[in-house]
This record gives sequence, structure tokens and C-alpha cells, in this order.
Amino acid sequence: MNDTIVAISTALLEGAISIIRISGDDAINIVNPLFKEKDLTKVRSHTINYGHIAYKDEVIDEVLLSIMKAPKTYTKEDVIEINTHGSVAVVNKIMEILLTKGCRLAEPGEFTKRAFLNGRIDLTEAEGVMDLIKSETEFNRKLAINELSGKVSTLITDLRDRIIALISNIEVNIDYPEYEDIEQVTIDKIKKEVSKMKQELSKIIKLSEDGKIIKEGIKTVILGKPNVGKSSLLNALLEEEKAIVTDIKGTTRDIVEGSIIVGGIKLNLIDTAGVRKSKDVIEKIGIEKSINLINEAELILLVLDASDELSEEDKFLLDKTKNKKRIVIMNKTDLENKNKYSYDVIKISAKTAVGVDDVKEKIKEIFNVKEILNANATIFTNTRQIALLKSAFESLNDALTGTLENKEIDMIEIDLKLAWERLGDIIGANYTEELVDNLFSRFCLGK
Amino acid sequence: MKYDVIVVGAGHAGCEAALASARLGKETLLITININNVADMPCNPSIGGSAKGIVVREIDALGGEMGRNADKTLLQIKMLNSSKGPAVRSLRSQADKVTYKKEMLNTLKHTKNLTIMESIVKDLIVENKKIKGITTEDDKTIYCDACILTTGTYLKADILVGDKRTPEGPHGEKRANFLSDNLAKLGFKLLRLKTGTPPRIERSSIDFSKLKKEDGDNEELTFSFDNIAYYDYKNQVPCYLTYTNENTHKIIMDNLNKSAMYGGFYEHLGTGPRYCPSIEDKVVRFKDKKRHQLFLEPESMYYDDIYLQGFSTSMPHDVQEDMVHSLMGLENAKILRYAYAIEYDAIDPLQLKPSLETKIIENLFTAGQINGTSGYEEAAGQGIIAGINASLKLDNKEPLILSRSDAYIGVLIDDLVTKGTIEPYRLLTSRAEFRLLLRSDNADLRLSKKAYEIGLLPKERYDKLQLKIKEINEIENQIKKITFPQEKSNLSEYLKRPEVKIMDYKDKLEKEYSKEALEQVEINHKYEGYIIKAKKEAEKMIRLGKKQIPEDINYSKVENLATEARQKLEKIRPRTIDQATRISGVNPSDIAILMVYLKRFYNE
Repeated sequence: MNDTIVAISTALLEGAISIIRISGDDAINIVNPLFKEKDLTKVRSHTINYGHIAYKDEVIDEVLLSIMKAPKTYTKEDVIEINTHGSVAVVNKIMEILLTKGCRLAEPGEFTKRAFLNGRIDLTEAEGVMDLIKSETEFNRKLAINELSGKVSTLITDLRDRIIALISNIEVNIDYPEYEDIEQVTIDKIKKEVSKMKQELSKIIKLSEDGKIIKEGIKTVILGKPNVGKSSLLNALLEEEKAIVTDIKGTTRDIVEGSIIVGGIKLNLIDTAGVRKSKDVIEKIGIEKSINLINEAELILLVLDASDELSEEDKFLLDKTKNKKRIVIMNKTDLENKNKYSYDVIKISAKTAVGVDDVKEKIKEIFNVKEILNANATIFTNTRQIALLKSAFESLNDALTGTLENKEIDMIEIDLKLAWERLGDIIGANYTEELVDNLFSRFCLGK
Repeated sequence: MKYDVIVVGAGHAGCEAALASARLGKETLLITININNVADMPCNPSIGGSAKGIVVREIDALGGEMGRNADKTLLQIKMLNSSKGPAVRSLRSQADKVTYKKEMLNTLKHTKNLTIMESIVKDLIVENKKIKGITTEDDKTIYCDACILTTGTYLKADILVGDKRTPEGPHGEKRANFLSDNLAKLGFKLLRLKTGTPPRIERSSIDFSKLKKEDGDNEELTFSFDNIAYYDYKNQVPCYLTYTNENTHKIIMDNLNKSAMYGGFYEHLGTGPRYCPSIEDKVVRFKDKKRHQLFLEPESMYYDDIYLQGFSTSMPHDVQEDMVHSLMGLENAKILRYAYAIEYDAIDPLQLKPSLETKIIENLFTAGQINGTSGYEEAAGQGIIAGINASLKLDNKEPLILSRSDAYIGVLIDDLVTKGTIEPYRLLTSRAEFRLLLRSDNADLRLSKKAYEIGLLPKERYDKLQLKIKEINEIENQIKKITFPQEKSNLSEYLKRPEVKIMDYKDKLEKEYSKEALEQVEINHKYEGYIIKAKKEAEKMIRLGKKQIPEDINYSKVENLATEARQKLEKIRPRTIDQATRISGVNPSDIAILMVYLKRFYNE
């Protein structure tokens, strides 16, 4: 497992600085003959060295070379980072040389895997890094940093401490039943503490689920009768951001057809064809499919026409979307106002771009974006973590039910213990098979 | 002279070990320093207690003696935690120290294949890392195929009182001077441990009228599944309750420098138990507590000593007098025996396999306080397992290893051989993660079949178990048919409600069933949801327990293990992945690495 791996750790773009990262037992031995100026085996650890990469008497590039010796490195192995400012061709050339000299191309996330397996980072941090690698937008980067900072660990540790304080008091009551001076944990005390923790956990879960949706992109559908201005709205949203609408082709089952970034948040548009072709959506796709679309969507932008009265189609769509996260948009407010519908609507004119910002703000509001991005908020964005949070929440709920049913305290404690363990699973404090299976699948381990 | 099995020491571990081995047909020699101290209780006059009471039930379910012996000799018995759930209920008895010893000796003497001898063992005869026999301090040589060391607190024991250190065992007995040094020479790492005992007060000098009385339970209770009550529950001997006060605390604080523990007389004092601290320890550590609870327990009906539980100390005699006289009801008390601390050698239990055989010397087993535990019940629980496994080993059979979801004894031994200990280890309910499965009421259902298959449990007891199982099944079937039309429910469902008791419906059953079978059915229904959860968690552990680690694994070849994890794994050499997860310092990531390694190189 300690063969030497190499990867370009920055985006391969023309003109940008690129960093080539090498990690493993032979990192120094492989790079040393290529570096002209110094003998790298004698260079002090954690220094940056100026020089040139040369191969077969040909100078490839002028570089800054960071040398970090084990164990105080990201992977706990010897690590070298070569900062080149050359072209894509130069970077590729260096990579080619390194690969012929004994490096192996790293798999995605392999540096992190090593950091984890070598015990440098714990599970939440590892997952945070994985997400950092995968993060696409600025928003996601912020989330990933939040997770990395150990905030998640602190929050979970705090909750676990409170649960274990209750548990240990119950245990003392059981093991020393004859000592009447020791405080007896009462059902009421458990009820109070658990309700409070349940509330906190429920809030975190809600924010986390929103956070996850936002991170992966909000599945959004734009609905409205023909000629109401759906494509104008789309264009107005795009105009501002100068983003690109990408078509994801291939899978027929994937109903996401394009993604746009609005205010730093990714919207995955469903059925953009229906919008862009400006045809009679309901007629074309049928009622059944429009209901499917509504069910599938995490956000609905329902566009009404201000210059016309509310139609049957409008009423149908308003009714079907009333329990979803939706924004009702009154378009064409630049024309004469004939539409009486006014409940929670945002008035815009896609044509003049008036009110488009309000739509963006509304999206952020609906998904608690401000709260999620708040530096003080702690949220989880990883499916495994959210599942464990929910499981801990369920256990706390069971404990609370137990108190209401007047169950014996040591029985209620079983649920408290389960909650404590599930929270421990999040920060990798317990060992469970599922955890490792999960990890192995993510890290492509166990061949 | 040659025996199949030699057991060294006849305390609670030694008695169970010798009985198990002899009952399994092995010619067994039990060596004790003093035959009058067989099954002695040098500390509290009590058998059972939280968790410990369940261990006694388990010993009985395995075919051991402690439960029956306690039943025969008890002065008082109660069920602890009876207001809590069934998982944490546990029996505690006051035992008569005189009759307890007498009864046990009587049983030992009447057991086939068992010989008792008075002597002190000096050294072990070891050839090719295998035990061959022992030599005694009076220069006898006795050969054996297996040996079980159950030496209690006698290895190089020192009694500490104030600034006095006396080389002797409990209440002035001779100590074993050479055995522990010789164990060290054989490669064992030794621990130095310490425990203490409180003063004994003359019964007639105590003013009981000022003290709160503590009675036994108002019903017949027994440790043994024989269910024979040897006592009259209406006529039990009471205990009494008193408290320390500010004056007591002042005396202790003023004289702290005279305590053997706090006086700094010795540089290398052994490690004492946290959960059984001396009174000076309690006063120092819990400064804001105005009083500490003390129990006055009768030691025997044949002499006058009252045991002052909670008042163990290593203060000099004159200070002990002042301390005792400051207590309510004990103003004029006469101390018959002073409190003392005792220090002794034990072996590091990480040197043991889960069968209690030592890793260093084949066919040598150890059990009880020599393994770093504290308590009669913990000792006896290990003793019976060591006795069984020594016998199984000589028959070339697989050892009996109880898991953490089988028994408290399993929890105890797993903790010892996996985590080790630095202080005398006491079993607590909180150490058992599956205690809802490890109840006092179902110890027979958990263990008796295993014991019968090994050959330790008599046929009639096994038949009794089978009958109980049959009754449980019958009741289960019938309660589904007892319906409550208004409630649209049957008794099976109805029993889940906290207020519904099966006893109130027993007349509706087809015939009369035993109390024990009815109780099982009620518990199984009332706590069904919780039991399912506990079983699910236990299954996870059992699954990991099936992932064996090859005995020949070379941890230095497992790349990427953290250094600490590597050292611990090398030292403890866990048998399964499950055991490895419980080693402190071995993190989840190390386990992941280990599993990948096993997959790759052993295709596990």
C-alpha cells in the first residue's frame, strides 16, 4: 500500500499554476535525480526549494519544490509537491517522467485514503476532504471547510457528553442501589434532557437535508401555461449569472436535463425541453407526467401571467404544488394587471429583469441558505452522516416514548445508549462493519 | 505423586476450579495454606450484589457450587433494584462466614476425585513451556498435567496499618513468599495491587436503637436454580445503617499524614480500586459531601463481629478508635479487629487466553485475584471456567469461552484478557453492553445446556431446564388464545402494558405452571421491543466474533497500522476482530486496515 503515487492536485488549466503531488516511500528517491540544483535526500523537511526539473539533460521547467518528510505530512508519508507554472504540455511531460520513474497515478481520493489509513485524520475529516474534492461550487467549498474544521466533531462530542452524563448517573443508581445519597435519575429529568436534545438534533437534521439538497443541486421544475414566460424567466436567471446551461445526455431515466448556477446555488432543471420549447406543457406531457414532475422536484417555480386571469391550468398547478417548496411567480407585471391571485407571489418582469433578484432571494430563504452558510451553523452534507443523525434522533424519540409510557429507567437507557452509539459512528468513535464497508466502497479498498 | 490437575489456593476461585475439574473426572489436588480457611471471606460477609448476584446465578447454571453454598448459609437475602427493570435485578445476601466455610469444605471432602492438602507452593516445574508439576516450601514435588493458580491475595502479601508494614496474608495468615518471584522468572509480568477492609465491631457495644434497620425481602429467594430455601424468610438477620459526620471527616483530615495510603511512608504502593475506596479517599475526593453512608453487617451467628461496610481505612489503631467513636450508635463501640490495607502480587491478565490458560506456559491456568480482580463472585466465576477448561484441554477439546452476550462471566474474562487492568477489577452492570440479555432470571436458559454438554451439570438439572422451556412454549401458545373482545386484544399483546401482570391471569391457563416459566413469558412480552434491539446489537458483535484472526499473524507485516495499535495487537493477540475492536488504542481505522490485510493474505 505504500507504493508511491502521483497526481496533479490542481485543475489542469492553461496559464494557471499547477501542483503535482507525490506521496509514498520512494517520493524523494524518484524526484531526486530529476531535480538539478540540490540533493533532496539532504534537504531539510518542510522547506521550499527553487530549481529546475530536468530529464535526459533537457530542462523541462523552472519549479518550486516543497519537500515534506514523514510523518508530519498530509498522508503521514514522504510528500513532494512540485509547483510548475508551465503549460499543460509541460505538466503532462513531468507527469509522464514521474510515471516512468516508478510513480503510480493516484486514484481519486487516494491521498485522503492514505491520510485516513495512516491515522492522520478521523472519519469526519476524511469525509469532509472527500467532499472538498468533489465540491463544485463556492457554496460547497464553504460547507466542506466547515466540516473539516472539526465543528462537526465538536457538536457531536457535546451531544454525546450530555447523553453519557445521563447514562452514567443511571448506571451508578443501578450498581450502587443501596446508596441513598446519590442523586436518582428521574423520568422527569430524562424527559427534559431528551426533549431538548431531540429538538437540537431535529434542527440540525433539517438544515443538513437542505444543505445536502443544495450541495447536490436543487431539482427544480419551472411550470406554467403556454406563453407565460418560462423560458424568459430561465434566460433572465441565466443572463445575470452568465452561466452555461449544460445538457446532460445519455441516461433516459435521468430527468435532470441541465444545471444552472443561480447566486452560487446549483439548480438542476427538470424537463427544460418543456420550458424551452414553449409548448403547452400540460397538454404535451399529460397530467400524469406533470404530477410526476411535481413529485420529483425539490423546488417548483410556478409562473403565472399577470396580464391574464387565473386559468384552469393555473388552478390545477397551484393545487398540486401547494405542499411542495415552491415559488409562485407573477410574470409580465410590466403589462396591465388582470390577475387577482396574490397569495405569496413574487412579481417580476422577465422581460425587463425587474424582480428576478427577488426570486433568487426567495430560493435562498426557502432552503435556509443563509443559516446553512452561517459560520456558526453546523450541518452535515454526507448521506451516511445524515442517516446516522436520523437514527440517533429515532433512538432519542424512543427514549422519550419510554418516559411517557413510564418504562423502567434502565430500559429507557437502552435507547439512550443506542443514540450515543449512533452519534459515535458519525465521528468514527465506534467500529462497525457498515462503517468500514461504506468506507471501503468510497475509497475503492479491499480488492 | 501425580495428579491430572493441581489447584493452588482454596479460596472462592480455587474451590470452583477444583470442584469443576474433579466433577469432570479429573484426579484433582487442591492445595491450601490452611484447611480451616477454605472458601474464606476475609472481607465483607456478603455474597451477591449488583451484577455479582447474576454471576452467582451463572455459576450455578454452569453446575458450580457458590449459589448453593450461599443458599445454605445465608442470614439475609434481598433482590436489589427490584423497582427497576428485570435486567438489573440482582440478588444480594448476607452470608454466615463460619457456616459458609464449613459447608464448602464439607462439599469438597465429599467430592469424588478430589484431594485436599495443606502446603505452600514455592515453584512450578515447567518443561518445554508446559506445566509438569509444582514444588512446595516444605520441598515436596508433585506432578500434574494441568495446574490452576488461584492464590488470591497471598502472593508476597503485606498488611498495611498506619506506618506499619507486615509481611503476612489476610488476618495474620502466612503468605506465599516465593511463587510470584518464580512466576516472574518464568516470564510473567507482575502487578502490585492493593485492597482494604474495614474494622469489625463488637455487636454488644453498638447502640442499634439509634440506627436504621435494613431487612431482607419478604419472600423466599435463592441463588441456585435448585430453588431450595434453607432459611426462614420471616426470620432474617437485619443489617443497620449509619453515617459519617463532620466530626468524622475532621478526624480523618487531621490525621491524613498517618494513613498508610496518604502518609507517604512507601514509595511504591500498589494500585487500589476506585469503586471501593478507603474512607480517607472518599473524604478527600468528595470534599463537599457532608456524610457518607455506612452499613453494619453481621459476620456470623457464631461470633460477635459486625462488619462496618464503607469504612475501610489504613489509619493507625488510635485514629481508627476516634473515627469509629465519632459515628452515631458507635460512640462506645469496641473494635475487635482493626481495618487494614493489603498489598499483593498479581499477574497482568493480558498474558492470558480467553480460556484462562496462560499464553506463556501451556496447561497452566490462573483464576481469581491473581488475575487482578476483586470480589468473591468474580473469583468463583473465573474459577469454574478455569476448572472446566483445564479439564477440556486434557481431553483435547475446544475450551468453553463465554461471549459478552452469553454471560457476565464472559464480560469479565473478555475485559481482563482484552483490556487488562491496573486496579483490582470489579464487575459492574455498566460493563455489560447486553445486560438485558444477561438477566438473573434467565441464567439457566443461557448457560445450562452448555454445562450439560460438557458434563458438569447433572441430568436432573438439565431435565428441569427442559421442563421450564416446555412450559414457556406452552404458555406462549395459550396466551395468544386468551382474548379480550372489548379491547380487541389477546393476552399476548395485553402483557406489553406495564400494569398487566401474568399472575393475574394464571387461572385462565390450561394448567398450573411454575412461577419461573410465567415470569419468563411476562418479561419476554413486556420488554419485547427492547430485547429485540439488544439482540440486534449483540448479533453485530457475534458477526465480528466469527472473523477469526490467525494465530500466526505477524503484525509487523501489516502495513499502515498505527504504532500503538501494532504494539497492543502484538501483546494481546486477539482471537477475533470483535475482540480487537475492544482493545484501547486500536482505532476503527486500524481495524479497517487489519481487515483488509486479512482479506488479502488469508482470504478471510
